[in-house]
Amino acid sequence: MNLLHRSLLPLLAGVTLLATAAPLKTDVAHSSVSAAFKQMDVPVESKFTRFAAQVDYDAAHPDKTSARVDIDTASLDLGSAEYNKEIAKPTWFDSAKFPKATFVSTSVKPAAGGKLTVAGKLTIKGKTADVAFPVTVKPEGGKQVFEGQLPIKRLAFDIGTGEWKDTSLVADEVVIKFRITAGQ
Amino acid sequence: MQRYTRTAIVLHWLIALLIVAAFTLGLVMTEIHGITPAKLRYYNWHKWAGVTVLLLAALRLLWRLGHRPPPLTANTPAWQRKASGGVHHLLYVLMFAVPLTGYFMTLAAGRPVVYFGLFQLPVLIGPDKELAETLEEVHEWLNWFMAGVVALHVLAALKHAFIDRDDTMRRMLPGRNQP
Repeated sequence: MNLLHRSLLPLLAGVTLLATAAPLKTDVAHSSVSAAFKQMDVPVESKFTRFAAQVDYDAAHPDKTSARVDIDTASLDLGSAEYNKEIAKPTWFDSAKFPKATFVSTSVKPAAGGKLTVAGKLTIKGKTADVAFPVTVKPEGGKQVFEGQLPIKRLAFDIGTGEWKDTSLVADEVVIKFRITAGQ
Repeated sequence: MQRYTRTAIVLHWLIALLIVAAFTLGLVMTEIHGITPAKLRYYNWHKWAGVTVLLLAALRLLWRLGHRPPPLTANTPAWQRKASGGVHHLLYVLMFAVPLTGYFMTLAAGRPVVYFGLFQLPVLIGPDKELAETLEEVHEWLNWFMAGVVALHVLAALKHAFIDRDDTMRRMLPGRNQP
């Protein structure tokens, strides 16, 4: 019993500690969340300048990974002040009513090639959808870089109402691209 | 009276029409507040018209290099010949400078041109907000300058047609060459 106390218990404790994924600190300066879409067939890249990401990840137990991303919808930079003002209006994100878009993971499974298949709930403008997408994980400078993209349909979230439902003006498909750098 | 070649006449009037259309669209679209579907369409039409002017201007310059324009009326005073030469040179420079500043302005703003919605034209520079703002001013200034030079050009042509009643303007109108 003494032996168990002195050497086995701390060992067991160590094992359980390893088994729960550890929350990482997001390095915002090396992280980005952007939206790519087409405007009258013209490709447009836009970045969210304000977002928060929380990733719990342990390379030894990738299936225990969990992640949450909160994005300030009014922070999308479309390249001009006029566009940036427009995007927060009720027609688009309605940022006064829905200031945040969120993603919360529900399951993470390791996939081939060191990738993760992440499933979760994406909420934009008060509408929630189940989504799943592949994520690559790469160690970089002592941190982990989680990278991937998720194509969504803007009209499923009521992004662009009235005349803007016209997909010849703004395409329905929007690809959300992210790169989250996080470490201990 | 000797006219310009048919190719030169077609290019002249086609480019004139496109310049007036692009200029008018430019005035209208920049007056629209916020972002509207019409504004988005006008901006794209404006860019397509501008790129077309640039392409036609290149053709026209090549044609001009191989074909001398018909001579001015014999009794045209020397100062008018000089003024005419200056205005025509300026118009050639502006046919390139105006669309090019617009093209680089939209590239700097991160919006490449997709010609008639069919194919993307070369992205020669990356997004650069400061450059986009500078080019916006240069583009606008050049347009007002061009409007002034075009006004001079049109007034001079009309003066020849209706005051001097000579053949200067008719050289650029479609029709048969008269002996």
